[in-house]
Amino acid sequence: MEAASITETASAPPPARKVGDVLNAYALPLLLFGALVAQFIYDPTGTLENTKTGLSNGMVWALIALGYTLVYGIVELINFAHGEVFMIGAFVSLSLWQTFGVTDSTSLALIIVSIVVFLACAMTASATLNVLIERAAYRPLRNAPKLAPLITAIGMSFILQNVGLLWRPTPDQVPDLIGSHAVYFTIFKVDVLHSDVFAVIITVPLLMGLLWFVGSTKHGKAMRATAQDPDAARLMGINVDRTISLTFLLGGMMAGAAGLIYSLYNLTVRFNMGFTAGLIAFTAAVMGGIGNLKGAVIGGLIIGVIQAISDGGNFLGLQLGEAWTPAVVFGILILVMVFRPQGLFGEETREG
Amino acid sequence: MSNSPIAALRDTGDSLVGAVPRWAWGIFFLIIAIVFPYITGGGDFLDASIQTLAYVIMALGLNIVVGFAGLLDLGYVAFYAIGAFVIGWFGSQQFPDVNGGKGIHILVSDRSTFQPKLSGGRLDIAGIHINFFFVIFIAMAITALWGVLLGAPTLRLRGDYLAIVTLAFGEIVPRVFENSTSGLFGIGSTDFSHGRQGITPIDTINLPWSHDILYTDSNLKPAYWVALGMVLFTIFVNRRLRDSRLGRAWIAVREDEVAAASMGVNLVRTKLWAYAMGAAFGGFAGVFLGSYNNTVNVDQFEFGFSVFILAMVIVGGMGNIWGVIVGAIALSMMNRYGLPQLNNLSEPLGFDVTAISFGIFGFFLLIMMVLRPEGLIPSGRRRLELHEAEIEGDTIDTDKVGDMSQMYEVRQ
Repeated sequence: MEAASITETASAPPPARKVGDVLNAYALPLLLFGALVAQFIYDPTGTLENTKTGLSNGMVWALIALGYTLVYGIVELINFAHGEVFMIGAFVSLSLWQTFGVTDSTSLALIIVSIVVFLACAMTASATLNVLIERAAYRPLRNAPKLAPLITAIGMSFILQNVGLLWRPTPDQVPDLIGSHAVYFTIFKVDVLHSDVFAVIITVPLLMGLLWFVGSTKHGKAMRATAQDPDAARLMGINVDRTISLTFLLGGMMAGAAGLIYSLYNLTVRFNMGFTAGLIAFTAAVMGGIGNLKGAVIGGLIIGVIQAISDGGNFLGLQLGEAWTPAVVFGILILVMVFRPQGLFGEETREG
Repeated sequence: MSNSPIAALRDTGDSLVGAVPRWAWGIFFLIIAIVFPYITGGGDFLDASIQTLAYVIMALGLNIVVGFAGLLDLGYVAFYAIGAFVIGWFGSQQFPDVNGGKGIHILVSDRSTFQPKLSGGRLDIAGIHINFFFVIFIAMAITALWGVLLGAPTLRLRGDYLAIVTLAFGEIVPRVFENSTSGLFGIGSTDFSHGRQGITPIDTINLPWSHDILYTDSNLKPAYWVALGMVLFTIFVNRRLRDSRLGRAWIAVREDEVAAASMGVNLVRTKLWAYAMGAAFGGFAGVFLGSYNNTVNVDQFEFGFSVFILAMVIVGGMGNIWGVIVGAIALSMMNRYGLPQLNNLSEPLGFDVTAISFGIFGFFLLIMMVLRPEGLIPSGRRRLELHEAEIEGDTIDTDKVGDMSQMYEVRQ
């Protein structure tokens, strides 16, 4: 954040700065890793189990976090409605399964075909929605102070959440197409489930594809240029508006895919699942350094593991449990914001 | 813009200036407000008005943080929660073991505690029972302290990051209360919150005129006047704060932190005061609502409520005391009466509008921000800020320049 660094020279140095200096680039990851090792010594099997669950769960957070990171990197806006886009993605995929009558008794080949086809549908739907949100809620406010688009984002999030409420007022069961809770193989006494394998199989190519797209294609280059300096990008002949739309499109695609994976993984969807998921993913994005794609993926995995350990109900003898998990995740968000707002892996960027 | 830039700069926030002097308007509204219960004759509308008055206090408190100091707070509900739980703890039978089961009673009567007096005229029921008017000050002190505790680590952050940290705080506080059924933060074994059931019943306000222990439609007047008194106090304090040295420092920080700092404004102290004052009013209203609703439970402290209060501030006109009051009354009444009306209209369509009330709020926020970002009754300075280009006469031609070229400059 440029302006923040100016402030620091102009005013008395805020007190948090010194502690932040102590907690340098390596302290926070080492701390988290140390906590994990301590937990492992305390309870080896449980920790491995939780880490496995956390990593596969974290894949979903990583997909959503990419949407936050892409959008924040390019327009410096927290797309509050992103969690709801994810929820809509999950709803679309469930509706498609229900419409076409795909259940767990359908033949394996058809299930695979349906997953691939409906993944594409959910991604398209979410991407379209995300682009429309940008058109309706953010583009008219490009000139406004920063507060304005943030508030429209919250408004949009509420609207979509209530669309979800009208669509499916009660929690819905997703057909168990992949036999989620069946054990695929066991390693070090840890059962790797079908759902874990499934999450990895779908997510990894998507992540690789996105990283390749942003890193190696012409459009990706345009995105990075716009993130760097929109004015200069415009002078270089980049259509900035179209690049922003493309960013929202990519973010929406990832959210849609995450929606499908999440619904098959957890087998239940609910209209308000987007809000919490969005905040968790945002925490992941901030943790990895917002604007940094690889950081978002790693942040997602870390948050997934933290969440799984907290869900497991026991951290070094401290009684936690699912009820405390949101508080734990948000507590970590506050700590990261306070001590290392540029994230674990982010260098001091324009936004950071 | 009909106002000249100079007039707009005054930021007195009052646009009800007409032929009638301002003090006359003030007295007129005050009299209307005081005799209001006789006009409505009690009942549901008075109940709605009392809730509205409590929301006005909260909106004015949030206005200090967001409107005056320009710090976006998305977790304001946390302070409502803290205030409500303070009255829950200090005005109910939540802690039956204190004082050997006899409880602690400070200036409360049987009218407020739902329990008859013992024969000696002495209350002897379990739990802590402190007079409502003392609890208010306890709660304001506690919430102000929490405001500072939350504010201190966020001083370095700006804009959306700040908003997210406050949001996280607003999510953590209710979770802490929800899960503190055996010890706060898992320490100790006392039940602090009864989990999702919440604390009920809570002592009502101890007033000589209220003769029943529960508020019914016919005896809401005392509660109304207490709430009105609290609102008047809040308005008074807010006006004095706005015109004080501190208030001017807030506005300076909101406008340009760097410039304010270089002119000698102590950023840390200014921001912390904004958090503390805003939080104190959240707790102030929280105590009242906890006592008035007769229950404290975690379901009242959703994220949506923070946004509801924020919407009041934004719709009314950020930074303008009268605007915020109008916004609070409008949204609160719309929530209570407008949506059910819409519901009657939409019945043929086959869905319940009240279920999607937050969706409608979201829609309002969106429309408001796109069409009239300065609010219904904007403060002069904010209007100037949002229409800077038009007032200065060099309207931005977005077709020619493109949207993005202004984006980063304006945001600095």
